[in-house]
Amino acid sequence: MYQYTDFDRDFVNARVEEFRGQVVRRLDGSLTEDEFKPLRLMNGLYLQLHAYMLRVAIPYGTLNSRQMHQLAYIAETWDKGYGHFTTRQNIQYNWPKLADVPEMLQALADVGMHAIQTSGNTIRNVTADHFAGAAADEIEDPRPTAELIRQWSTDHPEFQFLPRKFKIAVTGSPNDRAVTKAHDIGLRMVRNEAGEPGYEVIVGGGLGRTPMVGKVIRDFVPKAELLPYLEAIMQVYNLHGRRDNKYKARIKILVHEESLETMRERVDAVFARIKGDFEVPTEILTRIEGSFTAPAYKIAEIAPVVEPALQSFIDTNVAEHKNPDYGIVTISLKGIGETPGDATARQMRVMADLAERYSHDELRISHEQNVVLPHVHRGDLPAVFAALREAGLATANIGLVSDIIACPGMDYCALATARSIPVAQQISETFADLDAQRDIGPLKIKISGCINACGHHHVGHIGILGLDRAGVENYQITLGGDGTETATIGSRTGPGFAYDEIVPAVKRLIEAYLDLRESEEETFLQAYRRLGLDPFKSALYEQEKAHAA
Amino acid sequence: MPKPFKPQIVTANDLLMGDVIYLTADGSWSRDHADALVAQTQDEADELLAQAAAQQLKVVGPYLAEAQIGTDGRPGPVHFREAFRTRGPSNYFHGKQAAGVEA
Ligand code: HEM
Ligand code: SF4
Repeated sequence: MYQYTDFDRDFVNARVEEFRGQVVRRLDGSLTEDEFKPLRLMNGLYLQLHAYMLRVAIPYGTLNSRQMHQLAYIAETWDKGYGHFTTRQNIQYNWPKLADVPEMLQALADVGMHAIQTSGNTIRNVTADHFAGAAADEIEDPRPTAELIRQWSTDHPEFQFLPRKFKIAVTGSPNDRAVTKAHDIGLRMVRNEAGEPGYEVIVGGGLGRTPMVGKVIRDFVPKAELLPYLEAIMQVYNLHGRRDNKYKARIKILVHEESLETMRERVDAVFARIKGDFEVPTEILTRIEGSFTAPAYKIAEIAPVVEPALQSFIDTNVAEHKNPDYGIVTISLKGIGETPGDATARQMRVMADLAERYSHDELRISHEQNVVLPHVHRGDLPAVFAALREAGLATANIGLVSDIIACPGMDYCALATARSIPVAQQISETFADLDAQRDIGPLKIKISGCINACGHHHVGHIGILGLDRAGVENYQITLGGDGTETATIGSRTGPGFAYDEIVPAVKRLIEAYLDLRESEEETFLQAYRRLGLDPFKSALYEQEKAHAA
Repeated sequence: MPKPFKPQIVTANDLLMGDVIYLTADGSWSRDHADALVAQTQDEADELLAQAAAQQLKVVGPYLAEAQIGTDGRPGPVHFREAFRTRGPSNYFHGKQAAGVEA
């Protein structure tokens, strides 16, 4: 894993001290809230509905067991004993007190973590495939690229006041697990005809109130030219992005309004000019790549699996590793009826210990709000499974109907227009039976509590958007969204549903799918793509009418 | 025609703790919505908000929220957002519902 240099450590420690002083000055009245707010946001501190919230970056979702232990310690010492893992590979603490936040930041700095650029109109935490460096289908590990971008973008003086926030995601696999097409910039690692590694650069994707699938601006950028090329895109966006209207300020609007061709011409012009100034010395690239070398895989016995519960767990939660003796274990933070993405301090410690013992000291946070042990020897799977079961972390539902993404919604978030969490909890309880879930097959339900779409509802097979209709919670359904390499924005079905009608409506949709599918192999998304919106719409609304009649 | 005035209270978040508080008749802050002072005219409401905004050392982000008088004669929330703010999150027994209401 990447280790902070002395420079990094000094920089982060200095930021903690600076913020400590700012908090003191806010509390003694030398800073007004208007003056303090941008300063606290620069350190990831929001004020939410019921309390402050501290958002901590987990760069490209990678952390070691010591860091996970520290997240548990922070949860217990200064929060209410849990943390919320988000779709952008962050962890959010929901109950800090203002005076404690400098201590929390210091505790993070002690293990090489921070909350810098987790807010504001700047380049946010760089995300990546959560199976990076482990996946069997990977062309190359995307994390050195993500780390390079992190170093370039952190405190980059020119990009602290962009027209709007800016999100970059990287994947090294043709199977996109990083939703690259819904980011301001998505990078896909590819090889050109000569077999040289490089990137396909996608620009202008995004969710929010105007969801868009990103477009390919360059199909091949050689590795050495990545930073100058990104710098060029950022300069063009910084100059031409709209600052007159917050809702039109993202790069997706620029690409949409001025066309991809115009964008490409401008970027190429800047690129040609600055290329030489931004070349990254090979030794820096080599040093970064060197900190992501594969772990020393062990060679050991693999006993045949006899326990059916373990076999089910392996079938759903363990993915193919590039080393056939290994597996990638996804730990579900979606136990039946639980809050998607939440982990208690105790659970964090269990996961940290398992990582240390069985996963070469590594963990990942997935954008789907789960935790991954990337390198588990298949011979250790029974022990890992037993320990997870003991901690209530062995739910075998990855990719199934109860593996729901839900943003915090109105239970925490000040921007929300409705709640998300209880809807997710009820859906998961409705489909509690894991055998029934397996029969339904792969299905992604994603729920957001407002149009900002943190819960990715636009790219959910079933998306749910919580709204406020005349002072009452109301939920709109979209169908057919997809966040992978075949990214699609879902289509709205029609009028929304009341809070107590939304879960039955989802149930009707799923029952309709079970009736309509050609075979047990046809997934919900395939059935939707074959049949279109109409039969699902009938299932949603016909019965509504029958009820009303 | 101007919109008819609806009774309003002033709410904010506590600077130190971040939790939800309400401006009361004596200019102090309560954690209980029922203690909130209700403005009956727009002028009263504006005056209360100005009074709250001046208390920089105590509060963050004061704003006016519509309130209704309950059967006990004390104000309660109208919008569901404000109702949630009087309680805390739905998923855990945290926030106000757990803290109990203190003055
Ligand atoms: C609770 C405090 C939060 C605040 C104040 C906040 C703020 C926002 C805002 C204003 C947007 C709209 C951006 C736009 O104009 O497109 C947005 C979008 C988004 N946020 Fe959050 N958010 C919060 C929590 C979260 C959480 C918990 C997650 C992950 C679970 C998240 C991840 C995202 C994502 C993925 C988008 C989609 C926007 C895009 O890329 O176009 N945010 N957020
Ligand atoms: S989608 Fe809306 S409600 Fe949900 S976390 Fe994002 S900003 Fe908050």
